[in-house]
Amino acid sequence: MKNKAENAKSGVLKKIITAAIIILIAAVIIALLASNADFMKKVNKFFDVLINSKGYIRVLTGLKNTVIIAVVGLIIGIVIGTLIATIRVIPKYKTLPRVLNSICSVYVGFFRGTPMVVQLLLFYYVMLPLLGINMSGVNVSIIVFGLNSGAYISEMMRAGIQSVDPGQMEAGRAVGLSFATTMMKIVIPQAIKNILPTLGNEFIALIKETSVVSFVGAADLYVAFNMIGTNSYEFMVPYLAMAIIYIAIIMLISFGIKMMERGLRRSDRRN
Amino acid sequence: MIDVIDLKKSFGSLEVLRGINATINKGDIVCIIGPSGSGKSTFLRCLNCMEDPTDGKIMFHNVNLADMSVDINVHRRKMGMVFQQFNLFNNKTVIQNIMLAPVHIGLSDLRRAKLHNTFLPLTNIFRKNKQNKVEITTTKQKIVSEAREHALELLRRIGLEDKANVYPSTLSGGQKQRVAIVRALAMNPEVMLFDEPTSALDPEMVGEVLDLMKQLALEGMTMVCVTHEMGFAREVGSRILFMDGGTILEENNPKDFFANPQHQRTKEFLSKVL
Repeated sequence: MKNKAENAKSGVLKKIITAAIIILIAAVIIALLASNADFMKKVNKFFDVLINSKGYIRVLTGLKNTVIIAVVGLIIGIVIGTLIATIRVIPKYKTLPRVLNSICSVYVGFFRGTPMVVQLLLFYYVMLPLLGINMSGVNVSIIVFGLNSGAYISEMMRAGIQSVDPGQMEAGRAVGLSFATTMMKIVIPQAIKNILPTLGNEFIALIKETSVVSFVGAADLYVAFNMIGTNSYEFMVPYLAMAIIYIAIIMLISFGIKMMERGLRRSDRRN
Repeated sequence: MIDVIDLKKSFGSLEVLRGINATINKGDIVCIIGPSGSGKSTFLRCLNCMEDPTDGKIMFHNVNLADMSVDINVHRRKMGMVFQQFNLFNNKTVIQNIMLAPVHIGLSDLRRAKLHNTFLPLTNIFRKNKQNKVEITTTKQKIVSEAREHALELLRRIGLEDKANVYPSTLSGGQKQRVAIVRALAMNPEVMLFDEPTSALDPEMVGEVLDLMKQLALEGMTMVCVTHEMGFAREVGSRILFMDGGTILEENNPKDFFANPQHQRTKEFLSKVL
């Protein structure tokens, strides 16, 4: 018991020391930059455009779009990915699963084989005009991000499903539940617990990849800061601020994932 | 109750079962023994189609389960199964493990009945023989509370009601296997299939599981049990099947089987294990 308490104490101490070092380094960098008059002028210009020329509205819209595209894309991706993964693990005695399986491999092959930008452009400039549909850049981005991450998540989910003991499926079937029900209630929850760290990675990758949606005219964070740069004829500070915002978002997400993992681990704990 | 007719099963080119005929009547306690690789587990798993038979018939209440067009899930509800590796649902607590199937099946039946009643006026337009509404006597809350009541009663029976809300990872092997047995019992099955239920247990814990199985046997449950526990087979079994090489070599009541084995292979096997 004593040992445990000591461990916890030294853990807290370690965290405090790390935080202190980071703050110190940041302070030194800020102090160095602040002593540079030219840099301060640029900072003033940036804040002038940000606040007085209503640049913050653009930044907030950009932030909103970035988050919406990544989050909704991820949700669509999880749904599609789970479906594909499930289809791929169905025993293939019959024709229908086989046909579905080959459709899924074509889908995954396409979305993993082309860059996100190419998919966005194809969807926006080829698919939509051919179908005669009018759609905003943000909506297009959401759909393409969803389809794209669906392909990646399907592979993760398949690994996750295969990592669950086959006995779980057998037990579910033995009490009279169907394949789909057992999958949904027993296997997939356990699979998601196993792949949560990789799923977090995928979410982070999606957030970062949103920086290409300006190709189809969606206003994300990059567009917002680029606009501020253009208005103030000065790009150094806006891009620096953009990087900081991206880092902040991703740190927040990492923290959230950690909390979720802790919650899902409940069934492993022995107490 | 179960008639197995000329059951064959092969995995690829490996022929595991080579034509098995057996009958399991209500109240029978059939123990299947035999050396490793003789196909006893495969035979048991074919009974509820966990492995689809390659050939032959499994008649359960005069329905051929080996027929792929039969809804196997409906019939599996009447056949409880207990595994060597327990296979409790790791993401559910003990009581959720027990309640899951009854609640899910109760709710989906209720949903189906409600759907049927809602669309009845519409579907009856196209029918010659008009159908009546299905009477709905239960509610969602009632199904759940009844299942919980039943699950608690089962847990009380095995003395684990204080473990109702813990996850399976905190239980010992014997406790897990007993929970797995009552999970199967929660569906009120007509027959219980045991696939070497004590083989993965510490010697100390074998007793508690066998005791529970003996209780079930005394209550008149029909049981099919693949086992290496010769003592259990002799004491509780009403019939012993000896399998080797994918066939049933000998079938007898326990007393004669152990005292006076007929087949040469049976004699060899018994002289090694007893």
